[in-house]
Amino acid sequence: MKRLTVEQLLGINKFMVDDEEAHIVLNKEICASCATKPCTFACPACLYTLKENGEVNFDYAGCLECGTCRAVCPKEGAIAWGYPRGGFGVSFRYG
Amino acid sequence: MEEKFAAIVVGAGPAGSTAAYLMAKAGLEVLLIEKGAAPGSKNMFGGRMYSHALNQVIPGFWAEAPVERPVAKEIITLMTGDQCLSISIQDLSWTKPPYHYHSFTLLRAEFDAWLAAKAEEAGAMLACGIRVDDLLIKDGRVVGIRAGEDEMLADVVIAADGVNSLMAQKAGLARMFSPGQVATGVKQVIKLSPEEISRRFQLEGNNGAAQLFVGECTKGMQGGGFIYTNKDTISLGLVIKAAELQKTQHKIADLVEEFKHNPHIRPLVEGGEVVEYSAHLVPEAGLDMMPQLYGDGILVAGDAAGFVLNLGYIVRGMDFAIASGQAAAQTVIEAARNNNFSRQSLSQYAKLLKESFVLRDLEFYRKAPHFLENRRMFEVYPQLACGLMSRMFTVDGSPPAHLLNKVLSQVKESQAGLAQLAGDGWKGARIL
Repeated sequence: MKRLTVEQLLGINKFMVDDEEAHIVLNKEICASCATKPCTFACPACLYTLKENGEVNFDYAGCLECGTCRAVCPKEGAIAWGYPRGGFGVSFRYG
Repeated sequence: MEEKFAAIVVGAGPAGSTAAYLMAKAGLEVLLIEKGAAPGSKNMFGGRMYSHALNQVIPGFWAEAPVERPVAKEIITLMTGDQCLSISIQDLSWTKPPYHYHSFTLLRAEFDAWLAAKAEEAGAMLACGIRVDDLLIKDGRVVGIRAGEDEMLADVVIAADGVNSLMAQKAGLARMFSPGQVATGVKQVIKLSPEEISRRFQLEGNNGAAQLFVGECTKGMQGGGFIYTNKDTISLGLVIKAAELQKTQHKIADLVEEFKHNPHIRPLVEGGEVVEYSAHLVPEAGLDMMPQLYGDGILVAGDAAGFVLNLGYIVRGMDFAIASGQAAAQTVIEAARNNNFSRQSLSQYAKLLKESFVLRDLEFYRKAPHFLENRRMFEVYPQLACGLMSRMFTVDGSPPAHLLNKVLSQVKESQAGLAQLAGDGWKGARIL
């Protein structure tokens, strides 16, 4: 069995990406003040990444909508968390 | 004039659909709103439902519901790097009358869609692909919901919107949970032929297995691994306390791949094709994270109310969700009869939950979440037990020792002393 990267795993899923509205928005100023940035390793889809300038980047396209980032974020107000608009986002075919 | 419903249910999971089904059956005008394009498309769990609760609502449901396999075999496996020690019990009475299919493995997309369709058949209006954005609150009581531009009114709203219950929070009934109160579950669904699954897990026919793992798979972090056999897929994953993921640098997506490739696990899934990768939060703090269950014009049910019980060897959620949906429906039906949806009237819900197994069981095991925070359970004890068993079966020409000496020296080698072991054992036996 080949090892699968998280990108490959997400590639198997069915997503209806909402190009007009991000359902999770970061306040980059507050993120900049966060020392530990647990979102960058706790997210099961690994969607939080660090840019070269140290800024946290979030890609909502592969979001599994679990809420782990919301749970682990130590900075109040850093993550405006919601669900995608109706019908958008991940669609589990098995669940 | 705006349309007004007797009840609006937010979320077509097991709690919401059960509530909608029973209320519609009693003749109430019910709107069941689901944010996913279809019911179940946003829902995910580990893999098994205990049948008793749904059997109360829909007797003999398994004859028509899309269930996967009745669980005939339970396996608990402690793992270290090289070793794994399993305790396995097969009880075929779990799959036959009078036990009546004690528990089933399931896949939620199909199962939840079926349960929501039952609600629809009973007369509930099902609206999918609609995200509820807010509650309508008038004079301190919930009077409906807002979804985008649309406002819909109801005598009562049932928040069955899952662990991240934005509705219960907006109603002021729930606070944000802490990372110590929830766990992240991740799962891969792996396709294999039914015959191959039955052969690998030594199951006859369509019987199923449920296997829980403790130890190496979570790197000593609080949590565990699981495997559930479905008809022609295997549900494999990990559940790890969010507070642990917050502290360590381990990526859970990598850990689940590592778990799958562990030499003890790989033979079970080898050759299978991953057909889905999913994640979800699990409310694990029991009564500690339970919101206010009712307010003026609102009730909270299922995961939104934190109704999950994890004992380490048993994990239950769906039976609580279904029973809480049932209690919510009974409460609303009674409230409609009296045309009284005040907080006072809806307090009947908490009373029903206390009389049912929901709050009885959560109360009985109220210390379990705290007990399971003990890290020795996830590192020291798996090593101790595996080491001891391995030593019992190792023949290498070294001088023999009696069993008692083997036990004592193994305990000595572990990081837990005898007193600690006895203490944890005593506590565990009293709490779990």
